[in-house]
Amino acid sequence: MVDADVRGRIARLVDEYAAGDPSRPPVDRGAFLGSRFDAGLAWVHFPRGLGGLGLPRTAQIAVEGEFARLGAPATAQADNVIGYGMAAPTILEFGTAEQRDTLLRPIFTGEDIWCQLFSEPGAGSDLAAVATRAVRDGDDWVVTGQKVWTSFAHTAKWAILLARTNADVPKHRGLTYFIADMTAPGVEVRPLRQLTGEAEFNEVFFTDVRVPDSARLGDEGNGWAVAQGTLMNERMAIGGGATRESGMLGKLAGLWRDRPELRRPALHDRLMQLWVEAEAYRFSSERQRQQLLAGRPGPDGSGSKVTYAQLNQGSTALELEVLAAEGLHHEDWSLRRPTESNWLAGGATHRYLRTKGNSIEGGTSEILLNVIAERVLGLPREPRTDGSPTGKDVPR
Amino acid sequence: MTAIPPVSDSSRPEPRPRQLVINEDQEALRTAVRDLLSDHASWASVLARAETDAPYDISLWERLSHDLGVTGLLIPEEFGGAGGNARDLAVISEQLGAFVAPVPFLGSAVLATAALVAVRSEPVASELLRRLAGGETTATLGISATTVPGGVLSTTVQSVGGLLTGTVTPVVDLAAAEHIIVLTWDEGEPALYAIAPDAATAVVSAITPLDLTRPIGGLELAAAPGRLIVRGDPALAAVATALVTGAAMLAAEQVGVAQWALDTTVAYLKDRHQFGRPIGSFQALKHRMAQVWRRVGLARAAALAAADALAGESDPDEIARVVAVAASYCSETSVFATEEMIQLHGGIGMTWEHPAHLYLGRAKADELILGAPDQHRTRLADLVGLPGS
Ligand SMILES: Cc1cc2nc3c(=O)[nH]c(=O)nc-3n(C[C@H](O)[C@H](O)[C@H](O)COP(=O)(O)OP(=O)(O)OC[C@H]3O[C@@H](n4cnc5c(N)ncnc54)[C@H](O)[C@@H]3O)c2cc1C
Repeated sequence: MVDADVRGRIARLVDEYAAGDPSRPPVDRGAFLGSRFDAGLAWVHFPRGLGGLGLPRTAQIAVEGEFARLGAPATAQADNVIGYGMAAPTILEFGTAEQRDTLLRPIFTGEDIWCQLFSEPGAGSDLAAVATRAVRDGDDWVVTGQKVWTSFAHTAKWAILLARTNADVPKHRGLTYFIADMTAPGVEVRPLRQLTGEAEFNEVFFTDVRVPDSARLGDEGNGWAVAQGTLMNERMAIGGGATRESGMLGKLAGLWRDRPELRRPALHDRLMQLWVEAEAYRFSSERQRQQLLAGRPGPDGSGSKVTYAQLNQGSTALELEVLAAEGLHHEDWSLRRPTESNWLAGGATHRYLRTKGNSIEGGTSEILLNVIAERVLGLPREPRTDGSPTGKDVPR
Repeated sequence: MTAIPPVSDSSRPEPRPRQLVINEDQEALRTAVRDLLSDHASWASVLARAETDAPYDISLWERLSHDLGVTGLLIPEEFGGAGGNARDLAVISEQLGAFVAPVPFLGSAVLATAALVAVRSEPVASELLRRLAGGETTATLGISATTVPGGVLSTTVQSVGGLLTGTVTPVVDLAAAEHIIVLTWDEGEPALYAIAPDAATAVVSAITPLDLTRPIGGLELAAAPGRLIVRGDPALAAVATALVTGAAMLAAEQVGVAQWALDTTVAYLKDRHQFGRPIGSFQALKHRMAQVWRRVGLARAAALAAADALAGESDPDEIARVVAVAASYCSETSVFATEEMIQLHGGIGMTWEHPAHLYLGRAKADELILGAPDQHRTRLADLVGLPGS
């Protein structure tokens, strides 16, 4: 999928660091990723000078495959999911020249970890109900409010923040999107323990936090549109495994293959149903990429996250049933503070518990089904009972 | 048993690029078939025909053959065909599914044709292919409709001195066939024969079908004279190719059926009002339709992958894997979509005068023929090294 020129660039970069040579000391990942960014090999669909080469989005998979094949260090994706999946594309689309120039590179290298300050106790699925206030004061905004379920707020340097700047207009129109410094005075991060025992997400309190107007992303009052862009990118970032038997299903299939003594006849067809669906999902993701490439993007993306959550949950549940006695044991309930999202590394019970969040985070499956029904199938909206309230009238 | 290579092996060569989006030619073919079917295969006419003793729409079949070259699509150019591949054929199959068109496409243009193409250098095969390509004749594969691709092939038909005796049932598109390609045991060896139905030695009897739009029949052979096509392993290989091609085309057909059910139900939910609002504004129903839509999208991708594998993949085990995935997933999706359609139409969906039941019958029958979903998964389990015990 990528041409010889790109392959050549990749090979030269790997050579320069002797990254593929196991006899040499390990390459400094940050420095290597910095060079990748400078060579336009970070996000190849980004413009030249901003980590990309202006290639189609679909080329990224082949580029990552090529780096992996040559033994280069992995990207910082796992420890900077929000940075990669949401902040970077949003900054590219809505950021000022200065924001793009200064913020994108350290996202890619993993030097700056990002988090997403969207959800609040009173604004989950109904995100436009956010109550965190940002009040203009000279060249700054003064932000006060409470955010919740904020993944990786404890490792983040920066946040993408959705706050209310006008409470007197309908709720979708009074929002503004900011970049917030998580080390600024008045920001407090408290761990929220999850059902896995660990605390990957947090509560974040803002008390009179000063955010300069230069850290606004998009126009005042346009926060909803910018946030939609972020969520769209988030869904696009998920996509199906590029290889057969990847992800959670791969763990399950591997277990079944390696441990014949655990096989039970009644579980076999469930395994194969998941195998089949995972494969259909892989083909459908590949098809979506091809449609994108052909300039005919289809609407299938909206369904992908529902499928992804369902497959992950089905596979991990069955994995425990196959494990039987071994499935009774959880590795570690201690309150750990994870720094990366790599759910394949943990144990089977952790996978089972953590994937429960897959149908909640980034838009619940119910909300996504609403989106499909209304925007793809054109079914009528449910009559609303909240009218079109202004920001200050939102029932909380 | 073939285990698939471990996924962690990143030095593996890049996989063969798949074509999972139809190209412009296929788009044009799709439109042409759709237009023709819209003009000549309204559901009202399909329903009206279902209870008559002329279950096939022969004039539609002739148009598909003459105007669009459907019958010759898979047949190489040297025999007067179009030399097309399974991707093209799948485009047609999907549309025929969307209209539940009563034509002997599966039996003749898919199963019999694919078997004959596999042994095309044999004289009887090439002669039949020439006639099938031009739409002069119609054939079917005389094998039980529930035979699973990739399984051990069996037959009760014996041939002695070119005379065939035995029973084959149920067979798809038997009533429309002038030539039946029959797998026999011929002095301890498998062999393919072509026979023509006749009232004395090769008796075709109609079976009242669950699927009103695809007739099936039973074949009773009593010393019926047959023409030998090929014997030995090539005979088995030809049938195996036909079955795997058939399963892939059936998957495309099921996508057509499921898409029709989805579109029809969505339209009905927008139109029908109860409690002072369109029933499609009730979230319980919206979510059900969204789930149908999601599954149809996955099924479509799987069916495209199956046709693509047949057209471009060289490893037969890999073809078998991808086709088994599509056959299993598309069967279940098509049944799911049509069952949801019946339920969400309420009483009208239960009536004879509404076309929903034609699609339900087609979906359920399609699920059972050429391997039921569980049988495809059992076969797949072998092919990916995940045995049941
Ligand atoms: C592991 C994890 C990580 C997260 N990380 C972040 C993060 O980093 N940053 C961040 O901002 N947020 C994060 N979230 C929050 C997440 O986006 C919200 O939890 C989610 O949007 C749902 O909001 P809620 O929790 O308030 O649930 P609610 O919106 O109260 O939903 C409760 C239930 O009602 C259903 N429901 C709500 N409205 C409707 C409707 N209209 N129709 C049908 N059903 C409906 C929901 O589907 C759900 O089942 C994270 C969540 C999890 C689980």
